[in-house]
Amino acid sequence: MPDPATAPGQPAVGADAPRRNGELVFEEPWQSRAFGIVAALAENRTCAYEEFRQRLIASIGQWDRAHADTPQAVYHYYERWLESLERLVTERGLLTEEEIRRRAEYLHDEDHH
Amino acid sequence: MSHDHPDDHSEVALRTRAIESLLIEKGYLTTAAIDRLVSAYENDIGPMLGARVVAHAWVDGAFRQRLLADGTGAMRELGYGGFSGENMVVVENTPQVHNVVVCTLCSCYPWSVLGLPPTWYKSPEYRARVVREPRAVLQEFGLELAAGKDVRVWDSSAEIRYLVLPERPVGTDQLAEADLATLVTRESMIGTGVPKRP
Repeated sequence: MPDPATAPGQPAVGADAPRRNGELVFEEPWQSRAFGIVAALAENRTCAYEEFRQRLIASIGQWDRAHADTPQAVYHYYERWLESLERLVTERGLLTEEEIRRRAEYLHDEDHH
Repeated sequence: MSHDHPDDHSEVALRTRAIESLLIEKGYLTTAAIDRLVSAYENDIGPMLGARVVAHAWVDGAFRQRLLADGTGAMRELGYGGFSGENMVVVENTPQVHNVVVCTLCSCYPWSVLGLPPTWYKSPEYRARVVREPRAVLQEFGLELAAGKDVRVWDSSAEIRYLVLPERPVGTDQLAEADLATLVTRESMIGTGVPKRP
């Protein structure tokens, strides 16, 4: 279960070198943005972190139950994170689902020009 | 939009960019705020901070007492505090007790002193198994505990984030605080490991 990069027997890294053990904090750039959006909304008190966390618990719990019998299913934490962020901003009335869908389409088309 | 990544056309990347750009246009946040927080958690906030807390507790008995009594307050003395207002509780390993931390429901973690959690901490397998069979899971991390040792599993929540204060390794009496900190691993502060030996 331990990451190969931090498994016992590997060269000692120590907590003084947390970013030198080969493990990335984020695996893809969009994950860092999704993290940063939630952190920024909490920091400027637009949404309390707890409001986000309740949705994260729900999203993760839903995934856990849906895949209880399929241990080979691959879990993607930041997909649950993004789903929870989307629910937070729409349920709190900051954005609408339609707006997000239209903007994502626009960005997709723009990238392909 | 210099911080977007138009080369990533995956649905999740597009939806993230959509949400970010709309929230910025509506004035709910700024690109600068996101950049600053991401950079802090990528570069500046990580287990080296927790290691400093642990080493300080090892050399300063009065600080150790304050840390165990009021983790949040004691860490604030060193300048460490998170954005989500969590309470830090420090649980101490002893010759009789080994502590290990999990968040069974999501990914709560002492961000302010350990940074963001490693992938295994967030995995469904760790979340489910460490509560049911902690000794077996710790064994997989290479940690063999004495049979008589009591293992305590702490389930984190938004309100309470746990940090393990590991036992100071033997033979370190002559080491300075900064050198002690280099022995403290991230895993030793989650409880899935112990500090390195000098």
